[in-house]
Amino acid sequence: MISIESLHFAYPQDGFKLQIPAFSVPVGEKLAVIGPSGSGKTTLLNLIAGISQPLSGRIQIAGTPVHELADAARRDFRITQIGFVFQDFELLDYLSVLDNMLHPYRITRALKLTPEVRRRARDLAGQMGIGHQLQRHAGELSQGEKQRAAICRALLPQPKLILADEATGNLDPDNKLHILDLLFEAVDQHGATLLAVTHDHELLPRFDRVVDFDDFRSGSAA
Amino acid sequence: MIDSFYIAWKYLLFGKARSATLVACITLIAVLPLALEIILDESEHQLVERAEHTPLLVGAKGSALDLVMNSLYFADEVPQPVTLASAEEIAATDLAFAIPLYVRFQARGFPIVGTTLDYFDFRQLRLAAGTPFGLLGECVIGAAVARQIGLKPGDSLLSSPETVFDLAGVYPLKMRVAGVLAPSHSADDLAVLVDVKTAWVIEGLVHGHEDVARSRDSSVIIERSESNVTANAKLMQYTEITEANIEAFHLHGDPAGYPLTAVIALPHDDKAAAILRGRYQDTETPYQIVPPADVIDTLITNIFRIRNVLDAVILFVGLATLMALVLVFGLSLRLRQREIDTIFKLGCSRLTIAQLLGAEIVIIAALSAVLCLLILSVVAHYDQQLVRALFI
Repeated sequence: MISIESLHFAYPQDGFKLQIPAFSVPVGEKLAVIGPSGSGKTTLLNLIAGISQPLSGRIQIAGTPVHELADAARRDFRITQIGFVFQDFELLDYLSVLDNMLHPYRITRALKLTPEVRRRARDLAGQMGIGHQLQRHAGELSQGEKQRAAICRALLPQPKLILADEATGNLDPDNKLHILDLLFEAVDQHGATLLAVTHDHELLPRFDRVVDFDDFRSGSAA
Repeated sequence: MIDSFYIAWKYLLFGKARSATLVACITLIAVLPLALEIILDESEHQLVERAEHTPLLVGAKGSALDLVMNSLYFADEVPQPVTLASAEEIAATDLAFAIPLYVRFQARGFPIVGTTLDYFDFRQLRLAAGTPFGLLGECVIGAAVARQIGLKPGDSLLSSPETVFDLAGVYPLKMRVAGVLAPSHSADDLAVLVDVKTAWVIEGLVHGHEDVARSRDSSVIIERSESNVTANAKLMQYTEITEANIEAFHLHGDPAGYPLTAVIALPHDDKAAAILRGRYQDTETPYQIVPPADVIDTLITNIFRIRNVLDAVILFVGLATLMALVLVFGLSLRLRQREIDTIFKLGCSRLTIAQLLGAEIVIIAALSAVLCLLILSVVAHYDQQLVRALFI
């Protein structure tokens, strides 16, 4: 699913550099990436998603060289093929849960908002246990409900790859295990691949593979 | 599909108070100058049209503006009175036709205009219902008066005392509504027209009371002689003129000395007008003769000067408000930076983000425009009343 070769990236402002000689993630794998703060985990997610561009090297997602795509094509690829789950959920408080889930469909022409999508959104919310909250504003939900809504938003376009950046970082211990289970279940059901950045070592045994970011950079994680 | 307006609408709906404040600010900026324009145009139209149709006005020396405003638009400021003799003098010159006016009293807040039936022809007033006033104590009410206080021919209307505590002053007179005028879109719509003698009844110059000669009430009669009977204030004064008591109404003194507030002079031609004006040039005469159009022209010039100042003030206030709105919008963009970053990360282009924010501005502007149009249409609908309330 993900294939990285000789990746080189740097922030010119602060001298930060990221080099990954080789790395790949097979389809369907649930991979956890750990590492100290500031080591470049979020930068890696941004590179994979095509938000940031590498200085050199290759990044392929499902055979598509993301870094070679033009801006518009890269955005379309991201919104259709990659689902993002953020630590702070990043839901829009002024929209209902349903509208938050449908939001990606309303900001791009690459996704078509059809009655079928709406039906799928309701089903997905039901599976995630927030089916009865669809008309409530996102700001009115509990932390756990917000993360479920954020996962629903990421999964609704049926992406091939889910990128989760500290997705359970703001949840209490009970909620984080439950949400992770739901995320895994949904990923399995959709046949997606999961790459999750986390600090939480308690969750690591649940993943198929865990990679320390330092191994990543040395190439031994490949 | 990019549904920027849906998302923008949801955002604005979520912050109703903030959105309403923005809409109100923009609406006010737009409405103030436009509404002022409508009202000033209407005031100019009303003032000029009526003034141009009134050739000359004779009144006591003093403020020409007060004289014109009272005589043409029935404004509250009552000029010094002239006498009925002055109207008769004008008629006697054979240079002009004279219509007396006595505009001093009010009935339920509407001016009572004492005049003659010639006034109806002069102003081309049509009756929508009833008949013109024929008997003492009858009145014809303007269309707006009829609408606002719900009167029709046959109903009664009480004149208002000038001051509540002046017991020796003007008594209220219960007038019978003889007719209702068709709307004329002028000051006459808001007037109560009566015969000038009825106005004198209200003032007490013409009055009716029980027959003192027949009265045997010793508490009323102070002194009785063969030629004269003196009564005290206990004598019952009639406050309504009916068929039964109309004969009891009588004048005291010489009617030539009875008061008028003005006389409308309608010269037969330009030459007659010039001669008539010449006769009132004498500094010794207690009267003045004014062409209302000239007086109103001066007034309009002053109004336009004030209008220019107001326009400038509104422009500066508008600019300051717009700058404040730009600042508010800029600050809100900074507050929403995280939201913008999220949308971008999801796969939205910068252009679409600008489109989303632009849709919010378009909706706010559209709501303001609709509200502005609504207010302006209300202002335009009631412009005559507003002009009368604000300027005349």
